[in-house]
Amino acid sequence: MTEFWNWWVIIIVAINILGCWGLLYWTRRIKESEEGETTGHVYDGIEEYNNPLPRWWLNMFYITLVFSIGYLVLYPGLGNFKGTLEWSMEGQHNNEVESAKRLYQPLFDKYADVPIAELAKIKQATEMGKRIFVNTCFGCHGSDARGNPGYPNLTDKDWLWGGSPEQLKHSIVNGRIGAMPPFGANLTASQVDELVNYVGQLSGNKVDEAKAAAGKATFDVQCFVCHGTDGKGNTSVGAPNLTDNIWLHGASKTAIADTIRNGRTGEMPPHKDILGDAKSHLVAAYVYSLSNQ
Amino acid sequence: MSQSQSDTYIIRDLYAKPDKIYPRQVNGIFAKLRIFSVLFLLGFYYLAPWVTWDSRQAILLDLPARQFHLFGITFWPQDFVYLTLLLVICAVGLFLFTAIAGRVWCGYACPQTVWTETFIWIEELVEGNRNKRMKLDKKPWGPEKIFKKTTKHTLWIVFALFTGYTFVGYFSPIRELWDGIVSLSLGPWEWFWIGLYSLATYGNAGRLREQVCLHMCPYARFQSAMFDKDTLIISYDKKRGENRGKRKKNSDYQSKGLGDCIDCHQCVHVCPTGIDIRDGLQYECIACAACIDVCDNVMEQMDYPKGLIQYTTEHAEKGKETKLFRPRTLLYISLFLGLIFTFIYLIASRTPLDVNVIRDRNNLYTEAFDGSIENTYQLKILNMSQVSQHYMLSVEGISDTQVQGEKEFSIEAGKVLTLPLRVSAPQEALSQRSNDIFFKITTTTKDGSNDIHVAKAKFLGPKKR
Repeated sequence: MTEFWNWWVIIIVAINILGCWGLLYWTRRIKESEEGETTGHVYDGIEEYNNPLPRWWLNMFYITLVFSIGYLVLYPGLGNFKGTLEWSMEGQHNNEVESAKRLYQPLFDKYADVPIAELAKIKQATEMGKRIFVNTCFGCHGSDARGNPGYPNLTDKDWLWGGSPEQLKHSIVNGRIGAMPPFGANLTASQVDELVNYVGQLSGNKVDEAKAAAGKATFDVQCFVCHGTDGKGNTSVGAPNLTDNIWLHGASKTAIADTIRNGRTGEMPPHKDILGDAKSHLVAAYVYSLSNQ
Repeated sequence: MSQSQSDTYIIRDLYAKPDKIYPRQVNGIFAKLRIFSVLFLLGFYYLAPWVTWDSRQAILLDLPARQFHLFGITFWPQDFVYLTLLLVICAVGLFLFTAIAGRVWCGYACPQTVWTETFIWIEELVEGNRNKRMKLDKKPWGPEKIFKKTTKHTLWIVFALFTGYTFVGYFSPIRELWDGIVSLSLGPWEWFWIGLYSLATYGNAGRLREQVCLHMCPYARFQSAMFDKDTLIISYDKKRGENRGKRKKNSDYQSKGLGDCIDCHQCVHVCPTGIDIRDGLQYECIACAACIDVCDNVMEQMDYPKGLIQYTTEHAEKGKETKLFRPRTLLYISLFLGLIFTFIYLIASRTPLDVNVIRDRNNLYTEAFDGSIENTYQLKILNMSQVSQHYMLSVEGISDTQVQGEKEFSIEAGKVLTLPLRVSAPQEALSQRSNDIFFKITTTTKDGSNDIHVAKAKFLGPKKR
């Protein structure tokens, strides 16, 4: 507030308080032509007595004035004056956040040092992890953690980046970026088709045997680096296991061919700034408990 | 304006200290009735928080936990409609009683009357009767006056503090509250509310008294809207009473042109709001019937018939018949009874279970690899009963649905279960993009019957081609 508006507000507030006091003071007595029993007002045959108002009413008005002065001393109200309590909405919000932290942080910290595999067996801990999960993770993985196309199911034993407690927590805290490069430029259409048949065979599906055999030759040159010679993937680079018939981006032949030609990118964002360590620990325990009951 | 006219102006205070009222103690049938009412109501107020039920305070309004425990039932914020209905019933009940019997509430049951009676009783105990109290107040300050006033206020304050303590005891377990007071270890809010309610009791019942009825009470102002000519009122029989005047007992007053009123002013002395009932019906009258009692006593002493001041109606006064059943009372009665039956029915059919279904918002639906449509939900299930319960879940509304997630589960008393569920349905089963789906939760109660709660939600699918 500029100096002008500062004084503008102060003067209006002061005039208001003084004005209220003046009004009360000057009207506390009335001048009448004569002291009548009634005011002369008649409604439905009911007359209004000319009785004085109780004195405590007047005093209550004065008390409100005293109260307003007290309020203006303690709280902001007079222009730029912040009040002796230095109260602000932002400050109140911060205080409430602080007191909530004081209240709840110990509940999270209590479990921070318990190993995840043990924590997964403590009902209270997994319930807490679950509540955080359904708030923070449901958008991609679904409230029930069974995933969505492109977002992995967390209730099966198939892990892109490994399902050990440490790997799980690492995925949550630091996030993961998985990239399948596009091979459309390197491979002919028939080579892609052969590869689709081969990986289908790896997962135990009925395929064209001849095409699959040809696909294996291409696979052993182009794909084995990440997915391994046996096609079981590699959790250190997030390359999926192709032998378990779980297809993150679609199980149809067209979807798989599309994956090979154009590649795929998946990103799990890091949560260390969103959840912090203690809460990530609990979420990891909950997710661990889903597939290790 | 001439000089002589301005001389007649009077300057007077718009505000004045109200005259203190010294109501005289009365004996009589209505006074007995009020004493009975005061003892009953105060007895209930002070004793009820000490009653226990299932090892818990029977009446406990636990605001921080948002649970109202009333004996075997626990009410949650979701049950607010019952409280609303209860308050509506109370309001209609007040209308009904007012239309029939006038201000019986004011005279016998209002907390203001009940506590004021008690405070005046304490005052009388210490300072003596009306005349002694008036004399004491006129006396200059001396040892006797200081002693009596100190004693009275001390007793008042102790009583008020106990009242405040009891009040907070309805909201915070009363036994632990006592320990907290003794060890001075209460939280700031408990001190504040005990202090505020003690102050309110002391101020309203000790100091303000009739001022509350005259200037604060909204009911006093709108009760006249429920009055009609068949409503019970307290009235002085003008025809019989006038002309009022002093006379000797057994003298032939009628020949002197006097009525039955001996103008003893007893009816004014006993009036807790300081009015003269002989001036007619006034809004200040709280219908406490003290004037009836005292006038009847006087009439008895004079060997006159009782009832110079009596409960009557405007119709009765004019010699007409008083009708108890009239459109107004019939309407109030039917509303009152109808609402009570509705309330009882709702309480009896209430399932102590609340289910909130939250559909995952990020994607409208998921098409699974086999072509079926999936929607994911979070069910927030609150066990509102006082015992642990076992529940079974089923999904209705769409054919051939499959549910992935727990279908049987237990929830402890007063706890919420977050239950994530994935429901899948074949595309052919969906007739439109947005379909109604019902989550049916069944629990078996103690008496073997099934409590069923159904929560409705939406199941979304692709646009029909």
